[in-house]
Amino acid sequence: MINLFNYIDRPSPIHRLTGACKLVCLIAWSVAAMTSFYTPLLIFLTVASLVLFRVAKLKVKDISFMLGIMVVYIVMNNVLIFLFSPEHGTSIYGTRTVLFRIAGPYVVTAEQLFYHLNVILKNACTIPIVLLFVCTTNPSEFAASLNRIGVSYRISYAVALALRYIPDIQREYRDISLAQQARGTEMSKKASLVNRLKAASSILIPLILSSLDRIETISNAMELRGFGKGKNRTWYSGRKFSKMDILCMVVCLVLVILSLTLTYLNGGRYFNPFI
Amino acid sequence: MKKFSVKTIVAIGIGAALFFVLGRFVAIPSPVPNTSISVQYGLLAFLSVVYGPVAGALIGFIGHALIDFSYGWGVWWSWVIASAVFGLLMGFAAKLLKMDEAEMGKKGLIKFNISQVVSHVICWGVVAPVLDILIYSEPLDKLFAQGLVAGVSNAVTTAIVGSLLCVAYAATKTKAGSLTKE
Repeated sequence: MINLFNYIDRPSPIHRLTGACKLVCLIAWSVAAMTSFYTPLLIFLTVASLVLFRVAKLKVKDISFMLGIMVVYIVMNNVLIFLFSPEHGTSIYGTRTVLFRIAGPYVVTAEQLFYHLNVILKNACTIPIVLLFVCTTNPSEFAASLNRIGVSYRISYAVALALRYIPDIQREYRDISLAQQARGTEMSKKASLVNRLKAASSILIPLILSSLDRIETISNAMELRGFGKGKNRTWYSGRKFSKMDILCMVVCLVLVILSLTLTYLNGGRYFNPFI
Repeated sequence: MKKFSVKTIVAIGIGAALFFVLGRFVAIPSPVPNTSISVQYGLLAFLSVVYGPVAGALIGFIGHALIDFSYGWGVWWSWVIASAVFGLLMGFAAKLLKMDEAEMGKKGLIKFNISQVVSHVICWGVVAPVLDILIYSEPLDKLFAQGLVAGVSNAVTTAIVGSLLCVAYAATKTKAGSLTKE
């Protein structure tokens, strides 16, 4: 369980970028994708993210599990949108082009399909980037990156602590769970939902109470070492920005500006091919 | 910016780690897609009461963002922010209602459960869907259905897990005036 965040160490230009730069790019990219419904831009972002994926030398097999979840998610989400409001596209784009009827209120319109395409593209252009970030950024560099982009070092340190203690807590969870199972707690699908919840609590209480003790110990240790005295701190895995980093961040910020300008020039968030 | 005490920082770190482990490995799938019955909100409510609103908000934010990162399905900022708001509201409610985590009697539990239900309604009924509309402009009724399922299931698990935690925690604390003169 060491590789929880699926960090894959492989020499590539993306791996060489500093964590802080990748974090800025990730945020900028997400903002660009979230604000826009401008279809050409979304298509461009999707294609670009797939290209970056190749550049990072990631293989489909590395991420097949996550890819599976993602596809299921996207399909479910779209089915749900269609079930709840088959006319959503019509209300956004203002026209109604009926392609064919299914039954009752479920009419397939070109507008609805176009809206679904946009939703899929919006997911498709951010998910590879998140995967890229997760697979190419060393978790221990993550906290240092947060501090670099201006998050207070105290909060960055909290993130570092979280990452540091996840494996420990996981191990403790497993130990307690096994101990409780040995005492006859049923956690599997055989138990009813309520019983499973109760069983979960019988594990949670020891886990959390022992974690509260842990909080006490760690904060005492940190206090003894004078944590929080200085204005800033240094990080073992912090790195300086290279030229490439700055270039990447500029490109991503340009994307955000582009997305906002397109929304502005388009006179609305939606790229409308129907009028 | 207000300085955090070292203890708050550690509580945020460990709390987020707990939130992550519970959310990632103890999730029980629910019938509606993309929503699972999550035990971690009981924990979040409890920790917010003990460590205050800022710690609660950050535990929710960091923990939820880490869960999304580790699944690699993209970070759903709208829901991450809703988790943070839940921690924040619970922390404020605890201050406002003067909940004393060391003495969780019947009264304390009622206060705890009322505030957690209200906070869940605000988070999953208002914050998450509104942000989803702003970001993804998905149909309203679908979002509210999702929010409803998430909110109700979270409120139920918080009621069970959170209350149990509060009681168990209070039992470990020495009560005020527990000493008697002989």
